[in-house]
Amino acid sequence: MASYRIVGNTGEWELVCGLEIHAQVISKSKLFSAAATEFGAEPNSQVSPVDAGMPGMLPVINKFCVEQAVKTGLGLRAEINRTSVFERKNYFYPDLPQGYQISQYLHPLVGEGTVYLDMPDGAVVPIGIERLHMEQDAGKSMHDQEPGKTYVDLNRSGVCLMEIVSKPDIRSPEQAGAYIRKLRSILRYLGTCDGNMEEGSLRCDINVSVRRTGEGFGTRCEVKNVNSVRFVMHAIEAEANRQVEILEDGGKIVQQTRLYDPKKGETRSMRTKEEAHDYRYFPDPDLLPLVVENDWVERIKANMPELPDEKKQRFMESYGLGPYDSGVLVADQETANFYEQVAKGRDPKLAANWLTGEFFGALNRTGVDLSGTPVDAAKLGELIDLISDGTISGRIAKEVFEEMWETGKSAVAIVEEKGLKQISDTGELEAIIDKIIAENPGQVAQVKEGNQKVMGWFVGQTMKATGGKANPKMVNELLRKKLTD
Amino acid sequence: MTKLNEITLAEARDLLNKGETSSVELTAEHVAAVESARPLNAFITETPEQAIAMAKDSDARRAKGEAGPLEGIPLAIKDLFCTQGVLTTAGSHILHGFKPPYESTVTANLWKAGAVMLGKANLDEFAMGSSNESSYHGPVENPWRRRGDNKPLVPGGSSGGSASAVAARAALAATGTDTGGSIRQPASFTGIVGMKPTYGRCSRWGIVAFASSLDQAGPMTRSVRDAAIMLGAMAGHDPKDSTSVDMPVPDYEKALTGDIRGLKVGIPKEYRVEGMPKEIEDLWQQGIDWLKDAGAEPVEISLPRTGYALPAYYIIAPAEASSNLARYDGVRYGLRAEGAPELQDMYERTRAEGFGVEVKRRVLIGTYVLSAGYYDAYYNKARKVRTLIAEDFKEAYKQVDVILAPTAPSAAFAIGELVDDPIAMYLNDVFTVPGSLAGVPGISVPAGLSGDGLPLGLQILGRAFDEETVLRVGDVLERAADFKHEPAFVAGR
Repeated sequence: MASYRIVGNTGEWELVCGLEIHAQVISKSKLFSAAATEFGAEPNSQVSPVDAGMPGMLPVINKFCVEQAVKTGLGLRAEINRTSVFERKNYFYPDLPQGYQISQYLHPLVGEGTVYLDMPDGAVVPIGIERLHMEQDAGKSMHDQEPGKTYVDLNRSGVCLMEIVSKPDIRSPEQAGAYIRKLRSILRYLGTCDGNMEEGSLRCDINVSVRRTGEGFGTRCEVKNVNSVRFVMHAIEAEANRQVEILEDGGKIVQQTRLYDPKKGETRSMRTKEEAHDYRYFPDPDLLPLVVENDWVERIKANMPELPDEKKQRFMESYGLGPYDSGVLVADQETANFYEQVAKGRDPKLAANWLTGEFFGALNRTGVDLSGTPVDAAKLGELIDLISDGTISGRIAKEVFEEMWETGKSAVAIVEEKGLKQISDTGELEAIIDKIIAENPGQVAQVKEGNQKVMGWFVGQTMKATGGKANPKMVNELLRKKLTD
Repeated sequence: MTKLNEITLAEARDLLNKGETSSVELTAEHVAAVESARPLNAFITETPEQAIAMAKDSDARRAKGEAGPLEGIPLAIKDLFCTQGVLTTAGSHILHGFKPPYESTVTANLWKAGAVMLGKANLDEFAMGSSNESSYHGPVENPWRRRGDNKPLVPGGSSGGSASAVAARAALAATGTDTGGSIRQPASFTGIVGMKPTYGRCSRWGIVAFASSLDQAGPMTRSVRDAAIMLGAMAGHDPKDSTSVDMPVPDYEKALTGDIRGLKVGIPKEYRVEGMPKEIEDLWQQGIDWLKDAGAEPVEISLPRTGYALPAYYIIAPAEASSNLARYDGVRYGLRAEGAPELQDMYERTRAEGFGVEVKRRVLIGTYVLSAGYYDAYYNKARKVRTLIAEDFKEAYKQVDVILAPTAPSAAFAIGELVDDPIAMYLNDVFTVPGSLAGVPGISVPAGLSGDGLPLGLQILGRAFDEETVLRVGDVLERAADFKHEPAFVAGR
């Protein structure tokens, strides 16, 4: 794949990008309290005195959250640090009840790992993971409830987040998009984060810099809190272009935190390095260092599901699929399962073609997801069986599929009802072909002179006469025999 | 017969057990004593109705044969412990009107053991102080007076209200908290027993935090036996406090065998600080002799990093405090300054109005030592010093079983005397802070009087989680000292 370059007035620039993803951990209760974490609950209905920063309240680590983070670390092929430390990140804000966020700083739970991107050209691009650490989420300030007042909802306060920091290995907006999608896929496979960006359970901060190819890193800017894959890709492009313009005008990049405005398609400054907070991190004296036992990590490892990369490898090896198709099929666990059901005992490539072609097309067109599809794996398999045993042609199958999607009926029933069964009877086809040959002596002569185009015309006429039901392979054979022999 | 408020907790317990008094009678006597002790300002909130109601419940439990170890015993609770539905101020204006919807683990343990609450005792604001003069609710008076001088004296701090109440016979016992000496120093100043258990022995859950890695609750009583009984009820593992230790709580009273023969008592040479009053040095020597007479063996030891303890403490404690006190922002509870046009103003005004001078000083120091560029020079270095100090103690305990030292470098001073000299004030903690940094248990026992007739305490420090030996030696020291002096003010007289 051609490298992504930003073309400026003075030449080409390379993009350097790293992402910090905040992923909300799936758990019934919060990181340091027993309060519930359900999304969309009545404001302040899921708040314990710990989450509200009441005097004398103390955090107690939720072991399940640690397990989820360890599992995620293993899924990122990362080292699990046997000892990690929770620290306090101090700043004042109304939705931060304690006046500090409990996070991990110098000693994160998870160290370096790798995520492999499956690019459309089949290339696999490794992106380094710098670290994963656990931290608590803040509440939410609501400024739009009453003029002149701000309300605070603490339901989210204390919910467990994983901050997953990539290395600055990303070189194009496409890779950034692929990275988020791949990470989300891994998190969903593991059941550690639902990956829902709209509900804020996956949030993204972007670090962007540009450089002339082969030079060292440039000064970076951070774009905060971008909430969709598309916006992330746009924001990177917009920010990179902004930086190139400044540099080409002889300016300097000022390290700062910026916000992306999706309406204007541009980033704007939020605060500069000088205005940055001094968070005064220090180890939280309310919590002991977090020690994870080897045995426990091994047990978690032993119970890991098959992850996208392994599944992709298996699909390539046991189904003979190409890397890209495999990557697409395994991106979502349900899709992969669906595929395996369809492919079972059938031509795996045909099954893959049908799934990634007609089936995905229909899902996209109708906005239905896999769990609500009118054509389940068994029904799709039946349709493919009808193609494989020659009952219907691929072309007719597409019509049948549309009908199945509309009505939910089975392929067999539709073929029966509409009489779409392929004509594979030699006698019947011969009679039809003989009639066409007899009525068109001029065209016959042209074929005999070697005009292959006219051969195609005969195929068309035959299909027309049979309403498309003629077995195309047989039609071709019969015509060749009768016209060229 | 001695009045019910002038006996010890153990004596009151025995009377109750024998049916010679009831909790209602005992509590009524104490409610009256609390009222009579009002000139001391030892209580921020008195809870007489609740006390009588709890006493009635206690008598009912006893009638059913369900008496707990502290059944019917009226106590004062330092106003740093959150008490459900009862005003909890931490001695600060910023918690104006705050009534917690929860009960601290330690007080819940006490109520479960049958105890009765008389009220919430005054303290230095957020437990920051050594004289109880930083309380928003005014200074507490020590019931003691210098011979021939009626000038009001401080009770020490931060648990000054608890100390004053117990010394003046307004409560059989009280809870205190000790961060750098806040139980032991006021105990010494008021002629009572004060014990700081090992860090992790009592749950911190529901105690308003000052410095989380140091704060520890403990009993303040009029005898070592009472301290043993109280501690047994207060202590225990609490899954809600990750720093509380999961170890069984022994029967501390059983540890008071009176037998310390063969025990090795460390006498740290570094504690002979320059300018220490001779009477304190003499008392210390007296203490060594008493323990020797009882069969223990004094051993001179070295705690070489002692000199660095106070500076390290006054970095670590304010650093943690600056973060712990960030939650008092006017947003959710307590004081909120009115009329602020912007969020930032609201924060600034609320905290300016809500915090007193000493708290502001420590929040500023704490914020400074954690700041980028200063963190390593101050906070990180102080943590390293702390580790070394803990090592000093570990080394010492290879040679000796306990350590004997004075509790404080002076007797109680007059109210107002040191208010403008924070350094002199901080020096009050010079003998208590090293043990706090090391997390080891310590008890202060009244051992004698100063030249002008004020109580002086001696301190026994022990190995981590070996409160039993500390109590045992404290008990022997108490018997030898036979401290029978009474303060100038006794409630109800």
